[in-house]
Amino acid sequence: MTARALDRWLPPILGFGTLVVCVLIVEVLIRLNVVNRFIVPMPSQIAGAFERVILDEDIPHRFLVTMRESLWATALLALFGIGIGVLLYRVQLLRDATETWVAAMASAPTVLMYPLFLVIFGRSEKTIIMMGFVAGLPAVILKTIEGLAGTRRVLINVGRSFKLTEIQLFVKILFPAALPTIFVGLRLGMIFALINIVGVEFLINFGGLGQLINDLAERYDLPGTYAAICFVILVSVVFFFLTDRVEKWLRPVA
Amino acid sequence: MAETGRLSAPATQPFASPVTLVRVAIIVGILATWEAVAASGLLFQDVVPSLKVIGLAVVELLADPTYYFNLGVTAGEIGLAMLIGGLAGLVVGILLGSNRLLSRAFESYLYYLGPTPKIIFFPIMIMWFGVGPGSKVAMGVLSCFFPVALSAAAGMRTIDTVLIRVGRSFRASTWQMVTKIYLPAMRLPILNGVRLGLGVAIIGTLLAETKLSNKGVGFLIINAYSTFNMPRMYALLIVLFVLSIGVNALIGRLGGVGTIKR
Repeated sequence: MTARALDRWLPPILGFGTLVVCVLIVEVLIRLNVVNRFIVPMPSQIAGAFERVILDEDIPHRFLVTMRESLWATALLALFGIGIGVLLYRVQLLRDATETWVAAMASAPTVLMYPLFLVIFGRSEKTIIMMGFVAGLPAVILKTIEGLAGTRRVLINVGRSFKLTEIQLFVKILFPAALPTIFVGLRLGMIFALINIVGVEFLINFGGLGQLINDLAERYDLPGTYAAICFVILVSVVFFFLTDRVEKWLRPVA
Repeated sequence: MAETGRLSAPATQPFASPVTLVRVAIIVGILATWEAVAASGLLFQDVVPSLKVIGLAVVELLADPTYYFNLGVTAGEIGLAMLIGGLAGLVVGILLGSNRLLSRAFESYLYYLGPTPKIIFFPIMIMWFGVGPGSKVAMGVLSCFFPVALSAAAGMRTIDTVLIRVGRSFRASTWQMVTKIYLPAMRLPILNGVRLGLGVAIIGTLLAETKLSNKGVGFLIINAYSTFNMPRMYALLIVLFVLSIGVNALIGRLGGVGTIKR
């Protein structure tokens, strides 16, 4: 193996190999009764539970429910988040007055408002969608403002030299130039929304994948619980990976 | 040369800046709308109580000794979680940031696992650490580990290599390198990581308390929901938001995040 190939393949092999070794150690420790199998199921049991959980617990349907909630939250984020961001960019005074509030809202533990949303919207998908929306809103607003404010002056001047109207300037220059940054905000908002959606599903025992984990844990189906958690992690990782790729694709070449 | 007088208009100090006026107008508008909705009966009165009722609930809450006991429980859990998770994150971050092979092998796992919803691990934490404060601390640890580790790893890579070479030329031990070179040079990213970590540790711990607990602020919130005591729930949320934003700002100010010269 050449030094270049070694440099390329050694890190992923080391990372994945360590993971496999850790899993094998846990399996051995449980089989030797060093670790209590009623607290930590064997990795082989968890792997075996995947098929059962996917088929018996109707994972495809639950997955679609969670995705539907996420899509609704994303649509609301795109509509209101980008809309408010554009408004704050256009009205400087309003932006100066509220930008710090939006930033403070981003660091506030808004997910803890879920009991309040339960009272307002009931134990329904609306509560879950609204929690996702509220969690992702500050990121979309802030990134929209950042994207629009960061448009290169020369582009705006070119637009003005062509005597573009304000709407034309926005549609043809400002918005396309800000789109990569806006997408970064939308991606962050989607991540926060998905985290909160699965979290609230788990907490209120309603909806898709989050509820499944709660259900299985309450039935004390340990391999099933671990398998469902692994499945949710897998879905999250695939989701973040794909949005990461799209973001890199959208990012302009420096 | 004849001296000419200078025209000078008396400087008029505006009562308040336009930004302040807009802020006041927004706050007044929101409060007036809230009060109007509360009085109109459009929504259930208990769901949107009047501002006076909420204000009284805040005063009652702040005068209630049991609130401070529960706040102490939650603060203790979060503090312990930050200590364990923060230290673990720092060690892992320094290891990943200082070694390219380790970084390329493991950092992507942290990067993708970091944003997964941590609350789903709560059933496992209950099985491992019981229904008491242990499982809440574990949730806090799990939540704050990732931002601290990723920030520390990123911070390690931004350290000026000259500083590292100077440390090595003085034959500094690993401990001396960490305490005299790495940590002071990484102050800004570590503080940012701690701030992010604290935010998610608060969320992780409190959400765990709302799910299964008999003490702590999370328990008080879900208890107010269960007994449909809406003014108390609003009061708890308001005080909690003010506290979390305040603590976050305080850490930033104590660390002088805005004044650090790179």
